[in-house]
Amino acid sequence: MIITPIIMPKWGLSMKQGTVVSWLVDVGASINVGKPIMEVETDKIASDVEAPDPGLLRRKIANPGDVFPVKALLGVMAGPEVTDAQIDDFIASYVTPVDADDAEDGAAEQAWQWVEIDAIRVRYARRGNAQDGKLPVLFIHGFGGDLDNWLFNIDAVGAQNPVIALDLPAHGQSSLTLAGTTLADLARFIAKFLDALEVPRAHLVGHSMGGAIAARLALDAPARVASLSLIGSAGLGREINAGYLAGYVAANSRRDLKPVVEQLFADASLVSRQMLDDLLKYKRLDGVSAALTELAAGLFPGGQQGELPVPSLAAGGIPLLVIWGKEDRIIPASHAALAPKSVKDAKVAVLPGAGHMVQMEKAGEVNTLLKAHVG
Amino acid sequence: MTNPFPLSKDDLLKCYRTMRTIREFEERLHVDFSRGDIPGFVHLYAGEEAAATGIMKHLNSGDRIASTHRGHGHCISKGVDVVAMMKEIYGKKGGTGNGKGGSMHIADLSMGMMGANGILGAGAPLVCGAALAAKFRNKGEVAISFVGDGASNQGTFLESLNLAAVWNLPALFVVENNGYAESTARDYATAVDSYVDRAAGFGMPGITVDGTDFFAVYEAAGEIIQRAREGGGPSLLECKMVRFYGHFEGDAQTYRATGELDDIRANHDCLKKFGVQVTAAGVISAAELQAIDQQVLAVIEDAVQQAKAAPLPTLADLTTDVYISY
Amino acid sequence: MARKISIKQAVNEALDQEMARDPAVICMGEDIVGGTGAGGEADAWGGVLGVTKGLYAKYGDRLMDTPLSESAYIGAAIGAAACGMRPVAELMFIDFMGVCFDQIYNQAAKFRYMFGGKAETPVVIRAMVGAGFRAAAQHSQMLTPLFTHIPGLKVVCPSTPYDTKGLLIQSIRDNDPVIFCEHKALYGIEGEVPEASYTIPLSEANIVREGKHCSIVTYGLMVHRSLEAAATLAKEGIEVDIVDLRSLSPLDLDTVLDSVTKTGRLVCVDEASPRCNIATDISAQVAMQAFSALKAQIEMVTPPHTPVPFSPTLEDLYIPSAAQIAAAVRKTIKGGQA
Repeated sequence: MIITPIIMPKWGLSMKQGTVVSWLVDVGASINVGKPIMEVETDKIASDVEAPDPGLLRRKIANPGDVFPVKALLGVMAGPEVTDAQIDDFIASYVTPVDADDAEDGAAEQAWQWVEIDAIRVRYARRGNAQDGKLPVLFIHGFGGDLDNWLFNIDAVGAQNPVIALDLPAHGQSSLTLAGTTLADLARFIAKFLDALEVPRAHLVGHSMGGAIAARLALDAPARVASLSLIGSAGLGREINAGYLAGYVAANSRRDLKPVVEQLFADASLVSRQMLDDLLKYKRLDGVSAALTELAAGLFPGGQQGELPVPSLAAGGIPLLVIWGKEDRIIPASHAALAPKSVKDAKVAVLPGAGHMVQMEKAGEVNTLLKAHVG
Repeated sequence: MTNPFPLSKDDLLKCYRTMRTIREFEERLHVDFSRGDIPGFVHLYAGEEAAATGIMKHLNSGDRIASTHRGHGHCISKGVDVVAMMKEIYGKKGGTGNGKGGSMHIADLSMGMMGANGILGAGAPLVCGAALAAKFRNKGEVAISFVGDGASNQGTFLESLNLAAVWNLPALFVVENNGYAESTARDYATAVDSYVDRAAGFGMPGITVDGTDFFAVYEAAGEIIQRAREGGGPSLLECKMVRFYGHFEGDAQTYRATGELDDIRANHDCLKKFGVQVTAAGVISAAELQAIDQQVLAVIEDAVQQAKAAPLPTLADLTTDVYISY
Repeated sequence: MARKISIKQAVNEALDQEMARDPAVICMGEDIVGGTGAGGEADAWGGVLGVTKGLYAKYGDRLMDTPLSESAYIGAAIGAAACGMRPVAELMFIDFMGVCFDQIYNQAAKFRYMFGGKAETPVVIRAMVGAGFRAAAQHSQMLTPLFTHIPGLKVVCPSTPYDTKGLLIQSIRDNDPVIFCEHKALYGIEGEVPEASYTIPLSEANIVREGKHCSIVTYGLMVHRSLEAAATLAKEGIEVDIVDLRSLSPLDLDTVLDSVTKTGRLVCVDEASPRCNIATDISAQVAMQAFSALKAQIEMVTPPHTPVPFSPTLEDLYIPSAAQIAAAVRKTIKGGQA
């Protein structure tokens, strides 16, 4: 008898509770792994809850509009052989586990780790276990982003591989000091970061600017890169939304920032007040605007991408996965076609209904692709 | 012929020109105001020129002053452009405040002139701040607050004397005692007879001089300004002086004693005194002074013509300059 | 990041970081150091409530105790600001502005306009506001409307540690005179505050809670009372939008109008006396600019038109309560065309 609980997910370290928006499947429906079962909303963002295992949806516990703490039971999946009484028993005996991050004050801080590299204090998070000697997966965010851009990904991928996500220099909560303004500078910094964590080789997942950095590292230090996953990535073609870059750097109020950030998503309603407030908290720090301006000038001179490492990736070489949101308004999805097809296992997925933040908007599909690629 | 004065002939001529410019500026306003050319309130400095000129001769543009409602003389002697002043008084664009301030609010911060002030005694705290800034800059700059005998009874003035003394600021307080707080006699409204006593009450030196004697003012001011520049702290200078016109233009001055104004004009005109002193000493000739008088008349006439010709502010000007950013 | 500090610490940290950054920043006020000239400890008090404690040790004579002469030292701060310094003057209790108001509203507020745009007066005047301290009629007022009324002044009144630090740093860097109101009943509340310096523009209201049924527009301590009311109302199925104005001048009316347009209902909550206050101002502007969005009458929650009483019993009745706010929200819903 296998009964699978559907629980309130924890997206990001600060999430304490979520609101059930709607069920996407009916009781009795047969469900595949990764299929979106229900939509949940937090104060930061809304997303789908996916099936952890295949099975039948047997019971809905949560009703739309209900608020549940993280890990609370929302529904039950089980095979047809399980009786209703057994499901009742399961529900009755289910105890919502205490959220480890909630256990004590400062727990969230412990969930992050810090390492100093070239006098730059770097924040990073680790997820998952080093099971079966699987190589770790390093997530590298894009321009102006931080490790929370991987909110919906690191736990899912972490279930399979050890996961590391960092805040790049002058991003997130890392020191507001740039480690250079070229892809080579940043790739070198990533290599030093991996050294500091004693990780000789990793799968690299890069979003946007982070993708170009990952590709640069794959060219400069191929032995360290087990595979590349480039998401809405820079480094393939010249075009980039210069208006977005300038707008993002300049915006200092919610009113100015909202239309800029909305360009990142196919569904602009995903841009919540909390998301904007969190971005503003970062952007308003002394030095952020200057650092981003300098970085943008280095990487995107004249509103175009300067360096394009991806087409130079060697034939054979490092396995490559390219993912794009079809409605990407920052770097056009047409760039996906510029990925070198001769690279080993080259795979391109352009996902409809997603914009530049495809890893958030289509987290389930992206996670499935990533897990298969780094397998 | 040797020069018995503490200033070179050139400087003496400059000071005379300044005093004459103030006098003609005010005489012209008196006439033009009575003709209805000038809106609002105007308070004239005529008769008091030696005080402003004798004090300001010691100052540089890094030194700051805060003036009073009767501020034209302070402005001119501190180097504010008379054309811009005249335009301001006429409420025109191109005035020191683009017509938004008027006679009582002429300022030129670039010349260290922190503003005439419509609030009596309000300049004294501001001067404490200017002196504090000077102290932090540590370049030997000073700041001077002017008040009339009337405003010398304001709490702001008395508090400022104390603060300047407590903080040992390079601040100077000049009481321009023309005998009247508007229409009320100084002797009635001020409890002490001597401002020297009042200064003593705040632990600072006080000096009283004949404010109609340019050289007396120049000498006394020089001493206390030097002291302040050297870190010796604040002082108070009383200049006993006369006011040729009323508190404001249109004041019939019925509070004055019979013959008082005639006596003032005849026997206490600081410009006449200066002229007599420098010509008697043979340093400057009457003809040289008269030449300056003619030049100044032309300057004032030109200022009036420019002010009259200057454009009026517009609706767009109404709402600008409230904030730097809002 | 998860570091939590109080509003009191946020004020101290903002002053500390700005004094470290810019030598033109100086502080003055009564007892902001404490014990100057006395025989005991230097830096004895650090302000009557210890807000500036520890800064004297770092910055020495750039913090100055003043005589009890508000006119003189507030004026001196303004004069120094006009001469290139960035003074932060502490008025202790805003009630004391009665003895130095001329320097604020006739001098600092008007220099730039009177002098044709050629003056800059980057002064910050910090003062404690608000009731709840059993401090009676002359130490408890919320005089924000008096300053908001004056063209040329900016008026800020934060409700959280995060806002306090960012708004105070912005106020110090701002080139216009700013009246920075610190609610004394909020000094102890804690919240997450970044250690690094940051600024929050004075032109943006904050939305502290989102809801679709009614907008509450408020600031200062009343933000917290409104949040309490919102929690109660949520149990009844009523979700309120709460706009924390943060800055009263400039006023982010757009955020208020957006909220009212969304909810169709407005409750203005103001700790200031009821006539000609922030609540009446917001009400009038919303009635004028978003009348068609309103589904119900506008409600205001304010103290009565009395001085602040001393007796704890009376003072607690005087300050608007969460229950009064919740009742006002219900009234807009019950009384409107819901």
